Amino acid sequence: MATQLQPLDIGRAPEGGEVGSVQSGLRLALREFASNRLALIGFAMLLFFVLFSWVGPLFYHTDQTTTVLGLANQAPTGSHLLGTDTNGFDVLGRMMKGGQAALEIGAFAALVAIVLGALIGSVAGLVGGLLDGFLMRITDVFLSVPLLFVVLIMAVRFGATVLSLSLLIGAFSWQVPARLVRGEVLTLRERDFVLAARTAGSSQTRLIWRHLLPNAFGVVIVNVTFQMVDAILLVSYVGFLGFGLHFPNVDWGDQLSGSIQYLEDGYWWQIFPVGACIVLTVMALNFIGDALRDAMDVRLRRR
Amino acid sequence: MLAYLLRRLITSLIVVFGVSIGIFILLHAVYPSPARYVLGLRATQLDVDVWNKQNGYADPAITQYLRYMGHLLTGNLGFSYVENQSVWDLLKERTPRSVWLSGISLVFAILIAIPLGIFQAVKRNTVGDNVATSLAFITYSMPSFFLGLILIQVFAFSFPILGFEASQSNNVFVIMGDWKDMTLPVATLTLVSVAAYSRYMRSASMDVLAQDYIKVARAKGLPERLVMGRHLVRNASLPMVTLIGLSLPLLLAGNLITESLFNYPGLGLLFFTSLNKVDYPVMLAYTLAGAVLVVVGNLIADIALTVADPRIRLA
Repeated sequence: MATQLQPLDIGRAPEGGEVGSVQSGLRLALREFASNRLALIGFAMLLFFVLFSWVGPLFYHTDQTTTVLGLANQAPTGSHLLGTDTNGFDVLGRMMKGGQAALEIGAFAALVAIVLGALIGSVAGLVGGLLDGFLMRITDVFLSVPLLFVVLIMAVRFGATVLSLSLLIGAFSWQVPARLVRGEVLTLRERDFVLAARTAGSSQTRLIWRHLLPNAFGVVIVNVTFQMVDAILLVSYVGFLGFGLHFPNVDWGDQLSGSIQYLEDGYWWQIFPVGACIVLTVMALNFIGDALRDAMDVRLRRR
Repeated sequence: MLAYLLRRLITSLIVVFGVSIGIFILLHAVYPSPARYVLGLRATQLDVDVWNKQNGYADPAITQYLRYMGHLLTGNLGFSYVENQSVWDLLKERTPRSVWLSGISLVFAILIAIPLGIFQAVKRNTVGDNVATSLAFITYSMPSFFLGLILIQVFAFSFPILGFEASQSNNVFVIMGDWKDMTLPVATLTLVSVAAYSRYMRSASMDVLAQDYIKVARAKGLPERLVMGRHLVRNASLPMVTLIGLSLPLLLAGNLITESLFNYPGLGLLFFTSLNKVDYPVMLAYTLAGAVLVVVGNLIADIALTVADPRIRLA
């Protein structure tokens, strides 16, 4: 006899199994990330620095353009919470402004690097053959460029601005994302959904844009945080050597240039708070990056 | 294996060639000729053109590049008009000092990081591990000059034990013996490297400890110290080999920062001075050296790993 069709029993769980909503890979990864305590601490720290840099100046008004040499090199007082520097500027105010520059450069350089890298990597992975080989050799060449030296030379010639530093750093940091995306594309292009898309008549561009890149998102997002770390540290090195953003722009590294002299004079407030800002921001990003990497790694999942 | 090595060597040569062209073109675009510097700001454009033609700066970039490469093979790295010396002499004078600084830091870093990483993995999640991991993480997130500043503050100012300016001596042996002035620069470079290495060493050691052959070794009744010494150290050190090769060029960059901070007259300080005085021949030579070091470092890392790990050799 034909099977009797049972009325749909929506409200009851099937025998023997729990019913949970189907979660996409990304959502699972995000949940894994959120359950990592260090990641949340890192995220909170990063949020703090974003607020510190952009919202801080709204509450703590300081004048960063007129020098008041009479007030130079003062220890922390009531009106200048972290003292003043050699030009009479309030150190805390400078730190806030420097934070803006650091985070802007970090984010923008990472963006440029990721966009370039994703484009090059996906084209290399999808097209393959000679173009792939050629692009990979170009990647090797760019990987061999000592970035700090090139950035310094460019900064000497053209001066340093947020835009120029970001573009320069991004233009030489795309190699790792390109390799990562290429690897993902090589794995993904054999999958059925790619075959299906091709059969449906999808063009190469559409394939890359709508199918391959969203799936490579996981590795890319991990790399974004580490790109930001590298960019912020690089900018601080450039600034420390005296080639960073100059007046009236402020940069954390620039605040520390010539700091050996401040140490000798005992002006600790001009050095350690700024340095701590750099360390904490980088630590926050490292926490987030490590946690994202662990979250994306399926082997470490608890289930 | 020989075929693999040969292939890697040829690839590296091509990459060096490509990078050198790129860097040369870049610097050439930024600084076409030192004529203005030599002739002074009052010289007319005609004077500049004549000087350029006489000294080969009017030639197309490719010709200049080939000429530079040709000179390179004979050891001529160009002439610094700022310092009024050949670049080769400038580099020769300073290389031993930088090699000593980087070399001794690298040796110490390896000697500290390998046991430290293993300790962290073996005593996982104990107080010792947590303290070491946290310290390593903080140091890893620090720009190296900030670590140097902290060390200077603590050891040279707050408790005046050590000097904060590195030895200025011309004699490498005097420098080697001058522990009072050299401890802080070496310590800065070492600690930065240890932070990075011990992170890798820790995770590599944890991976090895989870392997089956460790279980087998213990099941066979091998004393724990032999399990550590014979199996753990050798297998966990493999990623370190790659890491050390890859960090060779970073030592040059680290040199730059540390030497500027401690005023140590090595290659890094030379580059820093050349930046301030806009001395392009030196900048070009230094950047090319950096690029070559990156490629050489990669090559060494690959070769060393192939030699050390039979699984790769026979694959």
